[in-house]
Amino acid sequence: MASITLRVNGTSRMVDVDPATPLLYVLRNDLDLHGPRFGCGLGQCGACTVIIKGEAVRSCIRPVSTVAGAEITTLEGIAQNGKLHPLQQAWIDEQVPACGFCQNGQILTAKALLDKNPTPTDAQIRQGMANTLCRCMTYYRIQSAIKRASKTIASSKTIATASRVESEVIA
Amino acid sequence: MTATRRDFLKTSGALVVGLTVAGDIVLDAQGTAAGPYPDLDYKQLDSWIVIRPDNTATFFVGKTDLGQGTGTAFRQIMADELDMPYDKTSCVMGVTDVTVDQGGSGGSDALQTDGYPMRRVAAEARRVLLEMAAARLGVPVAQLTVSDGVVAVTTDSSKRVTYGELIGGRKFNTTLTGSNINATTGAARLKDVNQFKIVGQSPQRYDIPAKVDGSLKWAVDVKVPGMLHARNVKPPVAGATLVSIDESSVGNVPGLVKVVSKGNYVAVVCEREEQAIQAARQLKVNWQKPTTAAFPSSEDLYGFIRTAKPTSSTPPSIVGNPDAAMMTAAKVVEAEYEIPFQGHTSIGPAHAMADPSNNQLTIYSNDMKSYGMREGIAAFLQIPKDRIRVVWMEGPQAYGRTAADDAGFEAAYLAKELGRPVRVQWMRNEETAWDTKGPAFVVKARGGLDAQGNLIAFDYDARAADFGHLGYNEADTVLIAQLMGIRPSSPNRGSSAVPNEMYAIPNRRVTTHVVSLPTVWETPLRTGNLRDPNGPQSTFGSESFIDELAAAAKVDAVEFRMKLLTSSKDDDSGFKRARSIACLKAAADAFKWDTRPSPKRLDSGDILTGRGIAYTYRSQTVVAQIAEVEVNRRTGRVWVKRIVCAHDCGLVINPEALRRTLEGGVLHSVSRTLHEEVRFDTEKVTSVDWATYPTMTHLDTPESIEIIIVNGDPNPKRPDLPHYGAGETVCKPTLAAIANAIFDATGVRLRRVPFRNERVLAALKTARV
Repeated sequence: MASITLRVNGTSRMVDVDPATPLLYVLRNDLDLHGPRFGCGLGQCGACTVIIKGEAVRSCIRPVSTVAGAEITTLEGIAQNGKLHPLQQAWIDEQVPACGFCQNGQILTAKALLDKNPTPTDAQIRQGMANTLCRCMTYYRIQSAIKRASKTIASSKTIATASRVESEVIA
Repeated sequence: MTATRRDFLKTSGALVVGLTVAGDIVLDAQGTAAGPYPDLDYKQLDSWIVIRPDNTATFFVGKTDLGQGTGTAFRQIMADELDMPYDKTSCVMGVTDVTVDQGGSGGSDALQTDGYPMRRVAAEARRVLLEMAAARLGVPVAQLTVSDGVVAVTTDSSKRVTYGELIGGRKFNTTLTGSNINATTGAARLKDVNQFKIVGQSPQRYDIPAKVDGSLKWAVDVKVPGMLHARNVKPPVAGATLVSIDESSVGNVPGLVKVVSKGNYVAVVCEREEQAIQAARQLKVNWQKPTTAAFPSSEDLYGFIRTAKPTSSTPPSIVGNPDAAMMTAAKVVEAEYEIPFQGHTSIGPAHAMADPSNNQLTIYSNDMKSYGMREGIAAFLQIPKDRIRVVWMEGPQAYGRTAADDAGFEAAYLAKELGRPVRVQWMRNEETAWDTKGPAFVVKARGGLDAQGNLIAFDYDARAADFGHLGYNEADTVLIAQLMGIRPSSPNRGSSAVPNEMYAIPNRRVTTHVVSLPTVWETPLRTGNLRDPNGPQSTFGSESFIDELAAAAKVDAVEFRMKLLTSSKDDDSGFKRARSIACLKAAADAFKWDTRPSPKRLDSGDILTGRGIAYTYRSQTVVAQIAEVEVNRRTGRVWVKRIVCAHDCGLVINPEALRRTLEGGVLHSVSRTLHEEVRFDTEKVTSVDWATYPTMTHLDTPESIEIIIVNGDPNPKRPDLPHYGAGETVCKPTLAAIANAIFDATGVRLRRVPFRNERVLAALKTARV
């Protein structure tokens, strides 16, 4: 056992665990998070995804000791100031989930994708999401929701830019 | 202090202060709510509906929602009958001690069957409330109007009272009638469907927000103080016998609490989850392999199915004289179709948590049949049923009888053994290899066409490799029981399926058989219902074959089917013939189907395109699907580019939720058609993860899925238009629609599922395409 400090969703948390423990079990069992879930334990399906340094990471095969100090974001941490992330809102607007168990991985993998490429093509979405599995086969709506969120993000940036320009003019 | 649901039902009608309904029942994760847990009395209105002082209502539904929006639909139909606003209602499902035993989910019957008692109890609540309002306001019921849970005098709307003011927090104490739960009724009459305001709208599913913001507490998330973690150690091969366990092999595992074994069941229990995983991997167990092969390998499966002596056969169902008609046929077509074992392979492996506090047992589970689990565990552990409750919670779905059942029994057994709460979860390799399978099939078909291309004789013979569907949660059908040597006295007879279509064929014979694999018990190839248990298999055979007949007759595939549907006027009480014709037409129109025989002339490039249709029904729900495919002649890859699905399930409660359910169902079957096959050698299943049991991914997603909601009832606006089921019918025709589209594109007929690249490429090469 070892004391390890984790930065999760902006908060520091100390845990006392075997350093080889996969991050997933620490997030779920020690930090009581429900977003990341066990699907395969092999890094094949994506249900356990978290975001670390902008990358979608499969927490089921990542030893907790290797992420000490790194900023870890889970599904619970992507809403800001009480407002859902545009991807979460798009997931509701498109009514994406069936059972919903895999959607943690779908949303966070899509977030890492859009953070790098805010306006992906259909082919880039398919490719970027290819290894994130859904057994209810909600793929069709997931892809629609990613496109919807991409538009929301683009338009909010346009508004932000426009208001900045406006304020400069006034100044 | 808040009162629980059970406290409320125990009261005699006095006001219960601070009544909270949904929260404290479902999230009573402490497992300490005092038992016993007797069955609810379905003949009491209070067992179904509670109205609070703030004029909100909660409906108690003995079904479970597999992520298809049935909970939302129940709220819609009940709010409509009750005249409550949808957003002032909530719904509690499948918790055995607070909802009536409506059997949980299965058979796509939530709305088709259970929708009616739910409507009737809501209508009865409205009737009783109107009577109370009449007394309160001093006018006859006939002079009252009710809207959004507020009753007003029709001629003077200032005289009004809310449902909450009339009954809030009190019991109705209204007795219902009905000889069984499905027949539950009061004295009220149901509304005509054209009076509905909420039914037919598409309120968003209430369960979705918490599923996307991470706040939902799933069955996998339940924790209580002192809870232990368990993992199973499965036999390395089917039918192995436990000889000995070397407990010293896990002596160094921190947190180890106990190695548990009985018969061939072995589990390790630890303080922490990762410790249990380590211990299960590390535990040395000496097993004795069986002396004979457990089953044929997957390569030899179809030969085995063809030659094995059936364990049960149905007497042939015969119309006309098929043998004589076949003799007179101008052309006879014969074909055989093969469908492998396929897995549920839930995205989250089986899991459950059982808490034995207070000398009773609470099991938290996502199993779709929580009531059966309660009954089965009571028998398995010899505990009185009223000391057990199963709390259904959301979980990963797999659409049928899965290992979620098995995990519930395992958690219960381990909790009883340890005397502490125990959470058990299967690992991925266990789930994929040992979860129940949809049965493999061989379908043989023979058809005779006369000189004009009319189908005059049809012979269908199906064999399912299925020693008998497991039941649901019976104490001797779960894996842990069988590993302990507790088994049914003989295998179930099982069944294989017949074609479901309304074709008028003058001479036909339909025969079905079941063959058993050599190992019947505690086997990873045990079969369990998988989303219309046998329908996709039989429909792949029958609807591929109809297409082969149309091609042999050189007739367009839609035209050939339409002629078979329209050459009789006989119809059933649900108007399935009329609705079949409507669905076929709707699909063809939406697709802009051009009438011509298949196959089309071969395209010149690498990508060959084609379209195919298939149609079927299940119970009263009718579906026709058209698939447009691209076949890459260099790689063998099939992409289902476009799907048109025309679907008639009668009255639609929530069109948008229905569309999502149908899209998911179609794509589930696209996955089964293109990818899914359980592989095994003669002693074990070798499909153990997502690499060895591949399924559809984002890369396979069609460019377009068009769902056409059809109401083909001859009197589409009739006031009693029924609401039929929708979860499973949609899965049935997809396999054949894709096979027929591949034939149209390439002229090559694929008769063995799945159509993985290498198999398609080999078939194209053989045919020199």
